[in-house]
Amino acid sequence: MEPVRRVGWLHLPLWLTYVFLYVPIAVLVVMSFNASKTPFTWKGFSTRWYGELLQDDLIRQGFINTMIVAVGATVIATSLGTLLAIGLNRYFRSALLEAYALTPAIIPDLALAIGLLALFALVGVTLGLHTVLLAHVVFGMAFVAAVVLARLGHADPSLEEASRDLGAGPVSTFFRITVPTLMPAIVAGALLVFTLSLDEFVIAFFTDGPSTPTLPIVIYSMVRFGVTPEINALAALLLLVSFTIVISAQRITKLTDAL
Amino acid sequence: MRRRSPLVLAAVATSALILTACGSSDSGTTESSAAAESAAPAESAAPAESDAAAGGSADLSGQTLTISNWAGYYPEDLATQVEASLGTPVTIANHATNEEIMAKLTAGGDSGFDVAFVSGQYAQALNDAGLLEPIDATQIPNLSNLYPEATQLAYDPGNTFSVPYTWGTTGICYRSDLVDEPTSWMDILEPSDENKGKVTQMTTERWLALPALKALGYSINTTDDGQLAEAKDLLVASKADLLAYDDTTFYSRLVSGEANEVVAWDGWCNYGTAENPDIKFVIPKEGSDLWADTMVILKSSQNKEAAHAFINFILDPANHAWVAENILYKVPNQAAMDAVGADLAATYANMGYSPSDLLKQETVVDLGADSVKYTDLATEVTSS
Amino acid sequence: MSATTTEPERGAPRRRALVGRAVFAGPGLLYVTLFMTLPLLIIASYTVLTRGRFGGVETEFTFDNFAKALQPIYLSVLGNSLLIASITTALALLLGYPTAYAIARLPRQWRTVALVLVVLPFWSNFLIRTYAWIILLNSEGPLNTALVNLGIVGAPLDLLYNRGAVVVGLLYAYLPLMILPVYASIERLDPELQEAARNLGAGKVRTFLDVTLPLTLPGTLIGAIFVFVPSMGNFVVPELLGGGKTEMVGNLIRDQFLVARNWPFGAVLALSVVAFLVILFAIQAAIGRRINGGGARA
Repeated sequence: MEPVRRVGWLHLPLWLTYVFLYVPIAVLVVMSFNASKTPFTWKGFSTRWYGELLQDDLIRQGFINTMIVAVGATVIATSLGTLLAIGLNRYFRSALLEAYALTPAIIPDLALAIGLLALFALVGVTLGLHTVLLAHVVFGMAFVAAVVLARLGHADPSLEEASRDLGAGPVSTFFRITVPTLMPAIVAGALLVFTLSLDEFVIAFFTDGPSTPTLPIVIYSMVRFGVTPEINALAALLLLVSFTIVISAQRITKLTDAL
Repeated sequence: MRRRSPLVLAAVATSALILTACGSSDSGTTESSAAAESAAPAESAAPAESDAAAGGSADLSGQTLTISNWAGYYPEDLATQVEASLGTPVTIANHATNEEIMAKLTAGGDSGFDVAFVSGQYAQALNDAGLLEPIDATQIPNLSNLYPEATQLAYDPGNTFSVPYTWGTTGICYRSDLVDEPTSWMDILEPSDENKGKVTQMTTERWLALPALKALGYSINTTDDGQLAEAKDLLVASKADLLAYDDTTFYSRLVSGEANEVVAWDGWCNYGTAENPDIKFVIPKEGSDLWADTMVILKSSQNKEAAHAFINFILDPANHAWVAENILYKVPNQAAMDAVGADLAATYANMGYSPSDLLKQETVVDLGADSVKYTDLATEVTSS
Repeated sequence: MSATTTEPERGAPRRRALVGRAVFAGPGLLYVTLFMTLPLLIIASYTVLTRGRFGGVETEFTFDNFAKALQPIYLSVLGNSLLIASITTALALLLGYPTAYAIARLPRQWRTVALVLVVLPFWSNFLIRTYAWIILLNSEGPLNTALVNLGIVGAPLDLLYNRGAVVVGLLYAYLPLMILPVYASIERLDPELQEAARNLGAGKVRTFLDVTLPLTLPGTLIGAIFVFVPSMGNFVVPELLGGGKTEMVGNLIRDQFLVARNWPFGAVLALSVVAFLVILFAIQAAIGRRINGGGARA
């Protein structure tokens, strides 16, 4: 590796960024152990908020609802998005159509949310998790398609031709050659959809029904009403889970790299 | 080679990052399947809404109730208590403001709610829109527990489509240890130097206008364009000295010391008093409103018997008293207030207001087509 | 998967292409049309209709909604949003570009760690992250307490519920969206290009301005759009950190649909934001094309 040259001053913005990103998070974690109910004053160490959090039905149900939507949207968006990318790459080759298919990824969420609410109201659909799921698939599919399209740009078509020349049918070629070749992009796209859906608030806020709030909606109502430290505990827990996933993923990568 | 669109590049940059962050594809798939497993039992745990539609008989155990109430405006285990008493599974959703629940109820189609909690003037508007089921008094014998005054409120005399849940007035909630007792709405609109940047107003439309209209000596139900324009100017000018607009957490701002004086509903001021006895409530000399928060049954409900039974449950003196003790708002239930009112008034002075005290204030009513004047006023004030 | 029935017929490539289009791209394009284009068309039709009293629209044709959007008060909200989103984007660029540059110049084994640390806050809830700033910037919060206790200021500063707080909240929410694409474009840079420029006698600054910056501009523009777009539409940060006093176009649109129940006016506002972004993308694409061409010659 080439040595790092004359970049000492360059680390300053890096550290600034980290301080900026992590100071609020440190505050949250510290406050989650605050015995006081008022989040602005320190009254000693306590873990009671974690206990209350685990008993909070609304949060638990919100978490489950979010998981249902995120998993469902990931499965559907990944399937549709992958097919869409292959179709665009092989059978259309039109930059305009490609842009059209990817627009949901960059359209302002508010515009999409309101349009969908209007559509559902017009058709007379009862709002619920199914409508949130439908909505999340829209932008999720675009992200998956974008990632897979990029991968298809590098793909080598000769493998598929060879497969067909050897007498494999299109379906068998699709599952034995095409899908495995695209797998890294498909997984990346799926993870992207899952992450985005998990934390999606605006579209869910407009398209969700009354009895099935997702976790971001539950948190929104908590932030507006309760200034309870329970919410800090929730934030700390969510971060802990994220950290664990990331670190274990890193470990697994290192293991597979070593093999 | 084909020029790749910038969108694709951007998505790749993002996804590459997430891939690096997550490591190999193996970890990705295990994560998804783990998530799928945790999601699976949830679907069976969620209340089966199809049962409700299939039911429809008068047997309440076959009905389900979906209720929307303000967050923190009911005892925490209300759903459990109702379920135990009526045998009906209950889901309580939260809304933050009248506007939020109105938007959902009027969006078209079946909102999915059986009972909604809305303020009186909104109940009136919902009824005008044909969205409410008439109240069948024979199914709610506990209606007789209401104060006679509470059955004749201007927005719905005779309780034909709504039943009051709580009632009260709007005033100024303040820190008596930090500032003198405010006497006028002008203390909020043009605060003294020590209170500049230490006051909050409400932004929900009718209550945004209230302090200015009363300070100017106008009716809170005025539809006069000139009067509303004057009120608007006063409110826009007052923004300079405002800490924030706050409809929901104003009392905690008093507790933390962020604010000295806030526009507040009487009941929510009590939440502050509970944490700091120096937090007190006063009705400014120009007068204020009489509001009622009501329970209404949606016409689209498939569970109307259970909905009536729910309202009857609330109006039971013991239950309504339990509500009052929990949320610290006055309930318009004579038997309930006779039981707990005096005790609560010892700590929370405004719990002692009598019906005749409240009736001295002006009752908020719906203004029909002129209601949009208030929504436009709110939009214009907050946009300025 | 109805492709199973179609055997590859070498004599009918046209038919195969049609089937391929229908099977692969068909469902996705249909989905986008149904759940993006159709909703946007509905919104577009609302713009010329009259508001219903309880939300919704009445089929009475009018251009009043456009006239209303042109009133000074609403134009100022739009201008205010543009200003806040622009400041946020500029700050994200100032902080994000050097950060991405620094990460790209780290030894390879540290780059992943550094990047993970940048995205990690993204994996917790957006609202909770915003809420953290309420605690941090509050007049009774840790920052003010520290400043007062250290004697730096006499009385707590008003850090919360103003435009500055909104910018900080938006920057916090979207900074990683700037860092990622910029990093991707810097990381792909061929170090030999910079080496060559240096060998030809160009100074460090010259090399950066003539080689590095132009080549990373497309990624930077994408980052800028990634930050600018959601900043424009965000209504949570202005509400929580702005105290509801700083109205942005996102709040205005949200309020028209959920509070004021003036759907036609909300539709005009929503579509004007979409139109604005389309123009932005066109500019970005045009610049990107010119830079790519210039880069090839260099």
